Amino acid sequence: MTALAWLVPVALALGAAGLAAFLWSLKSGQFDDLEGAGWRALDDEQTPKPAPVTASETKPQNT
Amino acid sequence: MAEALIASALSGAATADDARTDGDGKPVTTTLVVENMHCGACMRKVEQALSGLPGVVHARVNLSSKRVAIMTPARPETAEPFLAALQSVGFKAIVLADAEQQAKRGIDQDYLKRLGVAGFAAANIMLLSVAVWSGHAGDMPQSLQTAFHWLSAMIALPAIAYAGKPFFASAKQALMARQLNMDVPISLGVTLATAMSLFQTIRHSEQVYFDAAISLLFFLLIGRALDQQMRAKAASAAENLLGLRTPVTSVVRSDGTVARVATSGVTAGTRVVIAAGERVPVDACVLHGAGDVDESLITGESRPRRIQTGDQLYAGTMMLSGPIEARTTAVADNTLLAEIGQLMATAEQARGRYVRLADRAARMYAPAVHILGLTTFVGWLLAGHGWEPALTAAIAVLIITCPCALALAVPAVQVAATGRLFRNGIVLKAADGLERLAEIDTVILDKTGTLTLGQPQVTDDAHVDTATLARAASLAVQSRHPYAKAIVSAARNRGIVVEALPGVEEVAGEGLKATIDGTEFKLGSARFCGVDGERASEQVLWLRIGTAAPIAFPVADALRSDAKDVVARLSASGYRLEILSGDTSEAVGEAAAAVCIAEWRAGRKPDEKIARIMQLASQGHKVLMLGDGLNDAPALAAGHAAMSPSSATDISQTAADAVFQGEKLAPVIETIVVAKAARRRSLENFAIAIGYNMVFVPLAMAGLVTPLIAAIAMSASSIAVTANALRLVRNQPETAI
Repeated sequence: MTALAWLVPVALALGAAGLAAFLWSLKSGQFDDLEGAGWRALDDEQTPKPAPVTASETKPQNT
Repeated sequence: MAEALIASALSGAATADDARTDGDGKPVTTTLVVENMHCGACMRKVEQALSGLPGVVHARVNLSSKRVAIMTPARPETAEPFLAALQSVGFKAIVLADAEQQAKRGIDQDYLKRLGVAGFAAANIMLLSVAVWSGHAGDMPQSLQTAFHWLSAMIALPAIAYAGKPFFASAKQALMARQLNMDVPISLGVTLATAMSLFQTIRHSEQVYFDAAISLLFFLLIGRALDQQMRAKAASAAENLLGLRTPVTSVVRSDGTVARVATSGVTAGTRVVIAAGERVPVDACVLHGAGDVDESLITGESRPRRIQTGDQLYAGTMMLSGPIEARTTAVADNTLLAEIGQLMATAEQARGRYVRLADRAARMYAPAVHILGLTTFVGWLLAGHGWEPALTAAIAVLIITCPCALALAVPAVQVAATGRLFRNGIVLKAADGLERLAEIDTVILDKTGTLTLGQPQVTDDAHVDTATLARAASLAVQSRHPYAKAIVSAARNRGIVVEALPGVEEVAGEGLKATIDGTEFKLGSARFCGVDGERASEQVLWLRIGTAAPIAFPVADALRSDAKDVVARLSASGYRLEILSGDTSEAVGEAAAAVCIAEWRAGRKPDEKIARIMQLASQGHKVLMLGDGLNDAPALAAGHAAMSPSSATDISQTAADAVFQGEKLAPVIETIVVAKAARRRSLENFAIAIGYNMVFVPLAMAGLVTPLIAAIAMSASSIAVTANALRLVRNQPETAI
């Protein structure tokens, strides 16, 4: 039974990590264009990083 | 919606300004809507074309919403260079007003966030609950069970408070307005279940429903998120359709010079110049010049009208040849265009009173649930039990009847139906449109652009040899006149590569001419080509080379290739069909005969079209209006349901519930089929939800529902409803319409 004392917190922490990853991906705009993202994976050429555009829309400015 | 659309159409310059927020040295984003962007290759072309421009830091396409965000270090003077760059790689773009778009996305993400939190909490509480349930059969000590309950409470309380907020807020709003909606029983069930579970946890009892409460919210949020996503998609499609704008007008000043000013600044009495290819920005009276104007937007009449001094011009119509000078008679809200918009807004209000299926169910369901809960409580008290078991049983009833399956029933079906329609080239715009489409029994069609293709075509060119057709096309390619375009496409259909002839001159309202090596080439009206009156007809374009006999090109607006079949299928299925057109009786009668529709009315103005639809509605008919022109827009808004082809004017597309692509009329049948199937699935889902209640409510009233049964019942009904909705995705041939 003592195993539960650390197993339960570990299970909760793993779940919370998953939740945090989901919320982060939502915030960084990864769900904005589900159709386009599929095509971008097939694009061989180096495309510019998406960072500034979506970041400036969803986060307070820090640049 | 309609008013806003018209307002932005009339003050396009202001819209373009709103697209850029001033960022005080920070990079600013301009958003454009790019119409014909479909795949990864288009996406790259657009991004590369824009990134190559001077001053552009970054351009990123959103393929789902057909938009591109362009980032520049400073506020650009105008979006023209962007539009020109896209034009050069073959894309048509318009500037989008930004603020609304951002606000909508905020809401969209809000539901997803709550869904994420509810999912996390539901999974972990379920984990703890399963341990407790299996502990009942085994040897779990009481202390551990209580510890697990407390742990569940610690996860559940904040999660329920956060994830359930939209439901609580909506329920509160409804109660304040002394009404009942679906959110009232939901909120009551969740709140009571949580409160009772907390109470039982404190008393070390086994009856703890945290898992049921949170998984209920999780499934409900799925339904909400689906519903929200569809609405946002419909709204962004409508936003993208904005485009009928003439932001700048050429105004003649008192000293005779011409200045380009924003249309919003033009007042009545101002002299304006309108060039060929421009939309008329205001209602005006022609002072000098002659030309052809395409008024199909207002009248539905496909043939251009020849105008000269003294004639009236209407805002929104297209000058095909010109230029002309005119005196403004009406601007902004007083133009015919704006009047049509007001007609449309009034007609739309009537449709806004439509009550959706789910809401109708809620109105019956919510009181029933509360009465059942109360009956249980009173029944247990009367049976001589204490208030505590009575309350426990009553709460169990409320948890079991919580309309989870009901709230998921309609959104799940709608998402499945929308997806299927979308794959068939039909964009469903209004979320409740599908329900209204399923109820129709009468179909009213416009002629020009709906029953026909809306573009004149050369009906008979068998007598013309290839060289002559090529010659005619080389003249015609330089004009915007629809007849000239018909000649060009006839030539292209024969595999001719059309090359423009040098030195072609367009005589406004007459035709085209050019002189090469002393030979005069003329393409135009009978009079223009010197054909005697007997053979002269408005429906024929003539080509005259030198002094040789003129060659006739009969031109007509052809029917859609499957128009007759679609009409036959619809009338065979018992739909009442009628043509309502602004065109002449001659043209309408001919088209009606060709597709075998007995009932037709010609020469109808927008308000007369509405009157006819209202008349049918008062006789108890549910009308589906099919139309494309601006003159149809109010009628589209007045119909019980409405559809338009994607070639329709933007305002008509906004008024329509669904927009179909391609040159066939068959999508209309597909839409009705899917709408009816969706209605069937929704009703089946209601039946599943009610059937589940009939099994579990008696159990709950008898006090036999344990937390385990509550959790299983809740999830099973949600999954059954979703699975039933997904059956709609399959493209099974459903022939009955």
